[in-house]
Amino acid sequence: MAKTIIEKIWDKHIINREDGKPDLLYIDLHLVHEVTSPQAFEGLRLKDRKVRRPDLTFATMDHNVPTVNRFVVQDEIASKQMTTLEQNCKDFGIELADLNSPEQGIVHVIGPELGLTHPGKTIVCGDSHTSTHGAFGALAFGIGTSEVEHVLATQTLWQGRPKTLQVDVSGSLAKGVSAKDVILSIIRKYGVNFGTGHVIEFTGDVIRNMSMEERMTVCNMSIEAGAKAGLISPDETTFSYLKGRKYSPAGSDFEAAVSEWKELATDEGATYDKVVKLTGDEIAPTVTWGTNPSMSITVEDTIPTPEDFTSEVDKRAASRAYEYMGLTPGTPISEVEVQHVFIGSCTNSRISDLREAAEIAKGKQVSSNVRAMVVPGSQQVKRQAEEEGLSKIFIEAGFEWRDAGCSMCLSMNPDFVPAGERCASTSNRNFEGRQGRGARTHLVSPAMAAAAAIYGKFVDVRTLDKISSK
Amino acid sequence: MEPFVIHTGKVAGLDRVNVDTDQIIPKQFLKRIERTGFGRFLFYDWRYLDDETPNPDFELNWTENQGTSILVANENFGCGSSREHAPWALGDYGFKVIIAPNFADIFYNNCLKNGMLPIYLDKEDIEYLLEQSKSADYICTINLEEQSIEDSNNFKRTFQIDDHWKKMLVNGWDEIDLTLAYEEKIASYENR
Repeated sequence: MAKTIIEKIWDKHIINREDGKPDLLYIDLHLVHEVTSPQAFEGLRLKDRKVRRPDLTFATMDHNVPTVNRFVVQDEIASKQMTTLEQNCKDFGIELADLNSPEQGIVHVIGPELGLTHPGKTIVCGDSHTSTHGAFGALAFGIGTSEVEHVLATQTLWQGRPKTLQVDVSGSLAKGVSAKDVILSIIRKYGVNFGTGHVIEFTGDVIRNMSMEERMTVCNMSIEAGAKAGLISPDETTFSYLKGRKYSPAGSDFEAAVSEWKELATDEGATYDKVVKLTGDEIAPTVTWGTNPSMSITVEDTIPTPEDFTSEVDKRAASRAYEYMGLTPGTPISEVEVQHVFIGSCTNSRISDLREAAEIAKGKQVSSNVRAMVVPGSQQVKRQAEEEGLSKIFIEAGFEWRDAGCSMCLSMNPDFVPAGERCASTSNRNFEGRQGRGARTHLVSPAMAAAAAIYGKFVDVRTLDKISSK
Repeated sequence: MEPFVIHTGKVAGLDRVNVDTDQIIPKQFLKRIERTGFGRFLFYDWRYLDDETPNPDFELNWTENQGTSILVANENFGCGSSREHAPWALGDYGFKVIIAPNFADIFYNNCLKNGMLPIYLDKEDIEYLLEQSKSADYICTINLEEQSIEDSNNFKRTFQIDDHWKKMLVNGWDEIDLTLAYEEKIASYENR
């Protein structure tokens, strides 16, 4: 029978299947960070349990780390969380990319970068954006701390079989339209919970023509549609990205792996539980105006009015959002001024994101009303950007150039947006308080963020002549 | 884990949609390395004003919602971040049961792992419960064995829960212990 990639990976990982129970699934890769793991290790200690497969476990620190003077962690509690991770990794024999490591970075940036992420793997992490790794055709999903403990102890998870959901993006994208605009448009059209209970497979020419980094941006935000995971069938783009990476198979092993990976793609004629569609020409540079990722408009639009919402519930949510965001319905988004710009996060902090932003920033100056910062996703991305001269472009334009970490995506470290101020951000969540209590977040692509930094407000990057054709 | 069999308690209403885990427990409180003590930070940004006094506009600060242990919420409750600190905070505050039309997947799982019962009901029933919760002495009883919820006004509904998770909750089993009983199967999978 024709199968989707989702079913193929699932079936291959079943250790136990019996009636009245979820499936017991084997986990191939467990990524660990400092915030959602301490209680899990503590749980192991209390019961005198070991980590079953330290060799399939990899840790880094990203959420709490300062992005300037990174070795001086002022926050004592944050510092304790990092030293706790160090101790836990030492005690349980887990490899850790700590602040001294040239490979440290955001967990969802370094996994792929180091070649830990492979097609067909089951990958988990105590972080909802684990879906990022789905870009490689892996089944990757976020878990809670109890499940982290369970995976550490058993290398397995009990999981109910998810439903399958195809999100097909056909056609092509106009220049200046990015992967970020694609995923924001999908979520605007279908809502923040259309994916609940499902694993998404992204298909269609728009997805097929994306680079690996663009695919990661799309899969990263699957959770913002409520999906358990989001993935893309692997192809030549996937294989060539993985070739030669530190933990990728090498030599003839790589060729053997590729022929196995080629079998993973969804079979012709396989069916999904649900299918939704979008075409490339429906997608334009997008800006969120509200307090969840579905509340977005194109850069040419105006803030929606209460009459634009049909249900009472949506009307109420919108009026809360107007108030929190300090916006008046009917205002063109292009008139909204920003005071902060954040280019970073597991959604958009890879080298191609920085190139896209630098292209806009080159030879320009950050508006005097704006504080802008670029936080590379990993120390490797940082070094590469420095070698390519991107950091020089940013610094000369007036951006702050930082060390790798999650930074202002969730502001657990010292980087935050003050109350009432507005930030154009390349991150993934515009929830209330996400970037600081009272902070107002507008999600955009790296190009749109860089343009907002220069002009102090949202401008349509398609109208800037500096956009390079793709 | 403490077994969950029957629970009777006062009901609080939180009639908001898409309540995300960043609201349930804001990030500044995720730095603790313990599982306990999160209750006082529950809904921190909504619950307290800038001077840290209770915000009178926030539902859980209302007189009728004091001493409640059952929370009725609206659609897509617990969306966003996977932080298990969210159910830890709800539990530490005193909630044993969360009722909503639907939940985000990770949050739903996280509740089950902490002896907290997430129940999904039809929207009409949620509307009813939200309305009733405005009364200070409104009480419901949840019987997990029977998969039922009822009040003293002849409202009685059954709810769905996966048999496996029900058994785990009713018995208060340690999931890792249960899985370790499959050691042979895990090892043979690894040695394929």
